[in-house]
Amino acid sequence: MLKNYASNGGFDEMVDAQGAFRSHYRKFQKLFQKVSRPEFDAKRQTVDTNFLRQGITFNVYGDAQGAEKIFPFDLLPRIIPSKEWEQIERGLAQRITALNLFLHDIYHEQKIVKDGVIPQYFILSGKHFRREFVNFEVPKGIYISVCGTDLIRDKDGNYLVLEDNGRCPSGVSYVLENRRAMKRAFPGMFETIGVQPVDHYAQELLKSLRYIAPGGMADPTVVLLTPGAYNSAYFEHTYLARQMGIEIVEGRDLFVRDSRVYMRTTKGLQPVHVIYRRIDDDFIDPTVFRKDSMLGVPGLVHAYRAGNVSLANSIGTGIADDKVMYCFVPKMIKYYLDQEPILPNVPTYLASEEADRKYILENLPQLVVKAANESGGYGMLIGPKSSKAEIEKFREKIIAEPRNYIAQPMVFLSQHPTYCDGKVEGRHVDLRPFILSGERISIIPGGLTRVALRKGSIVVNSSQGGGSKDTWVLYGDE
Amino acid sequence: MLSRVAHSLYWMARYIERAENIARLVDVNLQLLLDLRNLDEKRLAAHWLPIVKATGDEEAFFKLHPRATGQAVTEFLVFQSENPNSIVQSICAARENARMVRDQLTLELWEELNRLYLFIRSPQARKVWQRSPSEFFQEIKAGSLHLNGIANATLIHNEGWWFVQTGQFLERADKTTRILDVRYETLPERGAPKSVNQAEALEWSAVLRSCSAWDAYKSIYGAEVNPRLVAEFLLLNDNFPRSVRFCVGELNYAVRQISGAAEGYFRNDTDKLAGRFLAELQFGTIDEIFDYGLHQYLDDAQVKLNNIGAALFNAYIYQPFESPDGAHMVQQEEQQQQSVELRMANGESFSKFGIRNSEFGISL
Repeated sequence: MLKNYASNGGFDEMVDAQGAFRSHYRKFQKLFQKVSRPEFDAKRQTVDTNFLRQGITFNVYGDAQGAEKIFPFDLLPRIIPSKEWEQIERGLAQRITALNLFLHDIYHEQKIVKDGVIPQYFILSGKHFRREFVNFEVPKGIYISVCGTDLIRDKDGNYLVLEDNGRCPSGVSYVLENRRAMKRAFPGMFETIGVQPVDHYAQELLKSLRYIAPGGMADPTVVLLTPGAYNSAYFEHTYLARQMGIEIVEGRDLFVRDSRVYMRTTKGLQPVHVIYRRIDDDFIDPTVFRKDSMLGVPGLVHAYRAGNVSLANSIGTGIADDKVMYCFVPKMIKYYLDQEPILPNVPTYLASEEADRKYILENLPQLVVKAANESGGYGMLIGPKSSKAEIEKFREKIIAEPRNYIAQPMVFLSQHPTYCDGKVEGRHVDLRPFILSGERISIIPGGLTRVALRKGSIVVNSSQGGGSKDTWVLYGDE
Repeated sequence: MLSRVAHSLYWMARYIERAENIARLVDVNLQLLLDLRNLDEKRLAAHWLPIVKATGDEEAFFKLHPRATGQAVTEFLVFQSENPNSIVQSICAARENARMVRDQLTLELWEELNRLYLFIRSPQARKVWQRSPSEFFQEIKAGSLHLNGIANATLIHNEGWWFVQTGQFLERADKTTRILDVRYETLPERGAPKSVNQAEALEWSAVLRSCSAWDAYKSIYGAEVNPRLVAEFLLLNDNFPRSVRFCVGELNYAVRQISGAAEGYFRNDTDKLAGRFLAELQFGTIDEIFDYGLHQYLDDAQVKLNNIGAALFNAYIYQPFESPDGAHMVQQEEQQQQSVELRMANGESFSKFGIRNSEFGISL
């Protein structure tokens, strides 16, 4: 099935510019050749049915039926040679270290501001900067315990950071489930090819969570706080809780008394020490943030401040994945670590800077414009693929609210052979590795490869018609 | 165990049991019609109306349908999305409860329940129903029994399991009383009828079959079917797994596993009420029941079962705590309920924290 595959320009993960298989795909190609078309179709169907039957689905917002969809899964794996991965790993570790130092700094002395590296205005105007947490000591100084950083590759195959998700990144359950599905579909391949395992994610996550327990207590009760069954990532929440063997709780299961957090059980109240929360800051405590939140726990922030409970991620980490702050990450790395960034950013223009804004407004049809605080592919303009009217609409928005917008040149994401409508064609992919910070930094090999299933599309978000692939990091380089 | 989790497990089990019982009730009555002669509209209504009444959703029914025709009743009990107790809605609710406690269930149990849910929400379900209702009901009954088996064989028999058992047997006892009550209008108010004609005998055997009790009944009483024996069997038999006495026995055992109270003692109202009701069934006779009036007795039994459910809710699920944050808690609870009600209004499936019909006034 791969025989007639040809890259259609841009960087292709599997074949080089001459159309030859890259060395780290050769073993796979050899084995995959032996899979006949009917066999492949049967495997594809089995995998889809399994996903649906197991309820590995996400909820589609705005669907009155409460419909659930499976996240489309493509059977052709994305393969990364080990040397390349080591480089990525170093880059990500460097980045998370800098981000945690940055968060500590801006919630304390703000040295980086005083030294003129980042203008104060950008921080104070950040939607996710939480003044309430200035001078608060976060357990072990770890603000971001779980980070999902999106990587893309430019036309020469260089890895670039597209954005950091330092609030409640999701998708890791798909990494684990995709791997299980692949192992069932192609059991023979793994041993021959030599793929690094990902199964230990849940243990690593639990370790990171226990590490930040209040007062370093030995046997903390850890829970996962979910917004509930209607959240689009609910499957992931139950999945992770089950894998870690911890309770999954909703806001109403928790209860705060005397600045301590308890869960309501059939045997009465039981104390809770660490909360892996999958609820945004805004909703976590109606007495502090949004009053209309029905998902949160009244008094939770107070208990957190009193040091009786730990939260992962901490409150106020959103400022670090503000897209304006993103521009400054290379400077942060230089400033805090005195190192050159191993993984560069995509060149970015800030609409709030006079010169940049001028450039953006003059070049809108060539640029990708993003709202600084949105995620999930919402609120963005892809200049080259937009109508005049859409572009003009964004122009007004940018002029009205420059702080809220950034622009980047259109980077052509690398593409990967993907099964679409009966044949294998190139589709754009990105990569979201998951970085855990605890006693040490731990990154499971690979991450979530998302693929834009629509031809030519570069939007890979699940909410916008994206799918996913298993990501194989090899033990070796071939 | 989290209170919410216990609550969801309890309701999951109840809804599965509910779907199965309605499936049997409708299936048997559809088949019964094949044996009856001279069916004009009036007789048909006389046949179907008691079935709607037995479910306790008479009011809701007449809001949606002008008359109790076979088609209207079966639609109402099987597919109607406005009826929260229809088979389809029961399965959706069971699955929704399961989804909220997905981490507590085994993969096998979840997959089977999800499969049943996907079937019943698919266009295929209607097609099967139109081609052969009994095949459709078979699918539901088999699905429920399969789920029972999987739960029994794969779930850890820990506290959560006893909440599942409590839900299942409470629901089953309730449904048996309701199915037994279907033909009460043909009975004298007090006392057992001396004899029954052939058509009535058919109807009473339908009652037995609605409880999957036909074979078991015959093995004890032989082929003679009369209301006194049917009622004795379905209420007081101590070995038949759908008789009220048997179900309350299991229920009583399950709630004691949760509370830790020994037989003959109680730690909370759940234990007390379950134990008391069981004793009544153990030491009651069918003649006393008929003297009191079967219909009234069944009504009382339903109230007792509801009270046990309410006591369970108070003891384990709803725990009012004194605290300065109390006012917020109350507000939070209210908002939760509103949000779910809003979803209901939008036609989503839902159910938790007793938002389905009411926690206390459970109807079929």
